[in-house]
Amino acid sequence: MRFFPRGARSLILVIALAGVLTAGLTGCGSAGSPPGNSSTTAVGSEGLSGNLTVFAAASLKLPFTKLADEFEARNPGSSVVLSFAGSSDLATQITQGAPADVVATADTRNMAKLADASLLDGAPTNFATNVLTIAVPPGNPASIRSFNDLARPGTKVVVCASQVPCGAAADAVEQAVGTTLKPVSEESSVTDVLGKVTSGEADAGLVYVTDVKGAGDRVVGVPFAEAGSAVTTYPIASVATSRNKELASAFIALVTGAEGAKVLAEAGFGAPEVPSHG
Amino acid sequence: MSSANRGYAGVPAWIYVVAALGGLLVLLPLGAMLARVNWGRFIPLITSESSLTALWLSLRTSAASTILCVVLGVPLALVLARGSFPGQRVLRSLVLLPLVLPPVVGGIALLYTFGRQGLLGRSLEFAGIQIAFSTTAVVLAQTFVALPFLVVSLEGALRTAGNRYEAVAATLGARPTTVLRRVTVPLVLPGLASGAVLSFARSLGEFGATLTFAGSLQGVTRTLPLEIYLQRETDADAAVALSLVLVLVAVIVVGLSRRPSRSTNLGAAP
Repeated sequence: MRFFPRGARSLILVIALAGVLTAGLTGCGSAGSPPGNSSTTAVGSEGLSGNLTVFAAASLKLPFTKLADEFEARNPGSSVVLSFAGSSDLATQITQGAPADVVATADTRNMAKLADASLLDGAPTNFATNVLTIAVPPGNPASIRSFNDLARPGTKVVVCASQVPCGAAADAVEQAVGTTLKPVSEESSVTDVLGKVTSGEADAGLVYVTDVKGAGDRVVGVPFAEAGSAVTTYPIASVATSRNKELASAFIALVTGAEGAKVLAEAGFGAPEVPSHG
Repeated sequence: MSSANRGYAGVPAWIYVVAALGGLLVLLPLGAMLARVNWGRFIPLITSESSLTALWLSLRTSAASTILCVVLGVPLALVLARGSFPGQRVLRSLVLLPLVLPPVVGGIALLYTFGRQGLLGRSLEFAGIQIAFSTTAVVLAQTFVALPFLVVSLEGALRTAGNRYEAVAATLGARPTTVLRRVTVPLVLPGLASGAVLSFARSLGEFGATLTFAGSLQGVTRTLPLEIYLQRETDADAAVALSLVLVLVAVIVVGLSRRPSRSTNLGAAP
């Protein structure tokens, strides 16, 4: 192993550096909790304080980041920590005891899993919907105009695998249209599908309309009529083990309220099909 | 063994306590996973069509990348250990880079090299060769991450062996290629074997670069680690069962690589 530094001086340097970095880790942990964290102090109708941890589906990154800023501005004593991941990862993490106060998933299945395990506080509220669209690289090199164009021989189409929500939606659309796709890859996340399109590797990919909107001019969306046959519903709920229930319900109220609807619509999300219920 | 331990142990007792903690850090998670295996479904889960396809693809691609690693890595290790040219140290550091790079970075780098829009991708496509989304892409990704393992093992073996025998052979009139074939390679064969086994193991476990660069399609690019990652979405039992299969393969591979490397040390001892 000659390629590693040999002298004791380098070893001391490495250990010292590791020590400094480790100190930074723990320091960050304690600095992240402002005074009076675990207890909620109500200051007027708007003006709650404390820490709130929100677990949200990866596709909610843009609108939820905006809404968290808005929440902190409305409640100056509060601090929102956002954690984004795939919906099944979120469900697994919460099942294993991750300290979340609010959870928002990109499908009802994973939320139902949490409800079945009695990990939710009250019934979840549907707050947004999303539909699939075709994403193509700028210039649309393979001239994709409709869903049926995706099935043309030689077209490199990338979709999500059936095991993940976006793949299940793609299957539903295929059934509705009556076209069977022969994808060159079945990815395990919608982000990976988008990546294959933005890098130009694939001619087209099936992603959510919000992904196309979020990707800016790196991809172009090709809407198709049958997209409505597979609508993905996003539910939100507070977690049973949350120590800050008041703050949690205030955040959910923001997301499901007028401000939330506006921010979500800007990001390309649709309104929930079922009227919201507390 | 027991007679050797009766004398001066050389290791303070408290070191054993910390060492045990270190051992536990590795063994405990593996044990915890073993405890989660659904034995009733184990055989059906690992013999399902998608599992067997993924395992077979993993074994085939890992074998191919191991061969590539040997073909490209042996000359590289020889040049680094025996050669002398400007920039040798820099080359050594760069070749070892994939060891410390996150595999996803390797995947992105490969994408911009062999991808459709990549550095070589356009010329390759013009020649009728398409690498993206193919099994070739999987092998390339695996070779990229596994090559340093072979080079490091072999370079170490070459340096330990020294060049005395080679010098003698040369003074007896053997040409460089003959020295290489008759003296150098037989001398470091155990090192080469353990390097090859390690490369195979690293190829088998490759995930990040494959996911980024090759995609995921059953029977074409979805290797066992990718299948585990996907199964985890819906069926934790299947993911655990397949993980156990990979652990078993890894244990066998490590067992194979330990034996020859020990004999290298003995051979090089005098």
